[in-house]
Amino acid sequence: MFRIFNRIRSTGRLTEPLPSPDQTVAELGSACQAEIAARFSGSLAIRMVDAGSCNGCELEMHAVNNSYYDIERFGIHFVASPRHADLLLVTGVVSRNMQAALQRTYDATPSPKLVVAMGDCAACGGEFGESYASCGAVANVIPVDAVIPGCPPTPLQLMQGLLELLHDLPGQ
Amino acid sequence: MRRRQPEQVTAGKVAEFVTHLTRTVVTTGQKSTVPGVQVCLDVAGEDWGKAAEIAAEHTLRWSAAWAEHLSPDFHVVCLLACSDGHCLLRTRLAEGRPELPSQMPSFPAANRPERHIQDMFGIRFTGHPDPRRWTRHQAWSAKEFPLRKDFPLSGSPQLKTPPDCDYPFVPVSGEGIYEIPVGPVHAGIIEPGHFRFQADGEDVLRLEEHLGYVHRGVEKLAEGRDLAGLARLAGRLSGDSTVAHGWAACQAAERALGVEPSPRALALRAILCERERIANHLGDIGAICNDVGFTFALVQCSRLRELWQRNNAAIFGHRLLMDRVVSGGVNCDISPEHLPELFAEINELRVRVEELMPMLLEYPSLQDRLRTTGILSVELAQQLGTLGYVGRASNHQDDLRRDAPYAPYDQLVVNVPAYLEGDVAKRTRVRGDEVLVSLELLEQLLKSLPEGPLQIDCGPFARCCEGLGLVEGWRGETVAYVRLDETGRVMRYFPRDPSWLNWPALERLILGNIVPDFPVCNKSVNGSYAGHDL
Repeated sequence: MFRIFNRIRSTGRLTEPLPSPDQTVAELGSACQAEIAARFSGSLAIRMVDAGSCNGCELEMHAVNNSYYDIERFGIHFVASPRHADLLLVTGVVSRNMQAALQRTYDATPSPKLVVAMGDCAACGGEFGESYASCGAVANVIPVDAVIPGCPPTPLQLMQGLLELLHDLPGQ
Repeated sequence: MRRRQPEQVTAGKVAEFVTHLTRTVVTTGQKSTVPGVQVCLDVAGEDWGKAAEIAAEHTLRWSAAWAEHLSPDFHVVCLLACSDGHCLLRTRLAEGRPELPSQMPSFPAANRPERHIQDMFGIRFTGHPDPRRWTRHQAWSAKEFPLRKDFPLSGSPQLKTPPDCDYPFVPVSGEGIYEIPVGPVHAGIIEPGHFRFQADGEDVLRLEEHLGYVHRGVEKLAEGRDLAGLARLAGRLSGDSTVAHGWAACQAAERALGVEPSPRALALRAILCERERIANHLGDIGAICNDVGFTFALVQCSRLRELWQRNNAAIFGHRLLMDRVVSGGVNCDISPEHLPELFAEINELRVRVEELMPMLLEYPSLQDRLRTTGILSVELAQQLGTLGYVGRASNHQDDLRRDAPYAPYDQLVVNVPAYLEGDVAKRTRVRGDEVLVSLELLEQLLKSLPEGPLQIDCGPFARCCEGLGLVEGWRGETVAYVRLDETGRVMRYFPRDPSWLNWPALERLILGNIVPDFPVCNKSVNGSYAGHDL
């Protein structure tokens, strides 16, 4: 037990100012926190849907929750049900076997809602494109508000993409 | 606390099996027509089941099966693992009568692969006790077979694919028995799949998996690609195994063409592969503990994983190491000035893991939840042919790096951790042990990094050729079969992720556990959905 406490104590706080190739990220972060405060009562709830991803995007989605990025500090968190979500974060090409499930998840999300296509597959079909098994990009199945390209997008690119989307939302 | 199990190889020997087989059924022996395996035997269709029976008698491990449409025939192939190498059995079927005895009565592992072949090629396996569809949901009809050559890549899909609501799950009835459908969209950040539980109170009576939701048509998409395109596709089969699948596919193509990358390129591939193993094991250890509410481990492990991945990006150019393995070698290098940094990183991680694992293993409230949860018995692990950490926690040790070493592992000593208990605790512990083994291997690889070009040209292409790639990925034995035409284009690519053999184990090890323990049991197996669904 004391060893655990000791490790927690000596690990300390890791959360760092985002090491941005683009110096506007930190500013964007606080700007978006303000947006989230105004439009989403301080918290933006994300439901992720893997519609045919290779799992690479999911790994990076896990990473934005680790102590270094800690996306919750901007008021962004992942929820278990589309009923609780403001935003659907969709990864992968939409496999035909997932088409109905994605549509139902979209329908179950209360309006107004946002849809973000994360990664090259979701954005444009990537390595898989359209075929007997795949509907291609997410926009072929449900309306998409923003895309975050990358294979997979790094945690930083994911955060930037989300923050930019919020920043660019049309005024009320 | 039980000690690690001594080294043990369970499968029989190639020569003994071949002698027995050729004595019993008609075969045409063709040694080494497929580079990558020891023996390749042609078996008559009607003896397909009998051959499996003999293989089972010799305690061979059933590893994979796939088919290929070479008009006017179908070729069906089955890969068997022996303690001293691999053995391929093949048979030819006429297009007009695509029927073959099932191997499932001898090897339960053949269940889903045969159903996949049935859905994709329209080959019927007689005597298969469960001939329900597997990969096919509603995206194509029962009369269409996507991997036949006359089926176009685009297919003829409907505008809206109906949901797969009428999959015939096995019903369980009785007083107080109820069903819980879960998925395909799950509550966490995970891949899609459906689980159907039948429970009595909290106890799971039965679990049935229904996968195939992320079927993206990988096998069909590979047809006609060049080697660069094949490597890119293989690297995206399962994002957490990008190195393993990339290496297996490239190794298969290189063996087919009779070329071998330089020792430096092979050492770099192994370095990438061990780095992938470490990153995934760290993530899993944290996630398993988190599934029983022990967030301390998640925070610590995801910290270590993040630092590891940042170095992946800094030194090798990609956080998950995608597209680093290319045909003929690798497209990244380690410059001498990076070496001190890499050694320091290894030392630091070793210190952290050696500190962390005992904490987890000795913490009573955590172990109380992990021990005796989700037990996979040694016998069942053997019978199902489970691979990687799932097998090793139940003393099914097979590890290609040790048992059938390929370069550069033929120059290294690989320790394989193994235990008898087969519970979630041991599947977690094996991962921790494997991280330490991989760190040791990384050190050895970095200390004697050979010289040589990073990438060689795989051409010229002159003839149709085939090869088999076998790589020990972080989940276990990863197989790739590649056939190339005379211009170097892919005619057939079949990747077999280890998850094919581990998913069925989850259905068994959950029995008798409580429903709320499913997430931790599932995470302890961590099958790949994408790698399995293809």
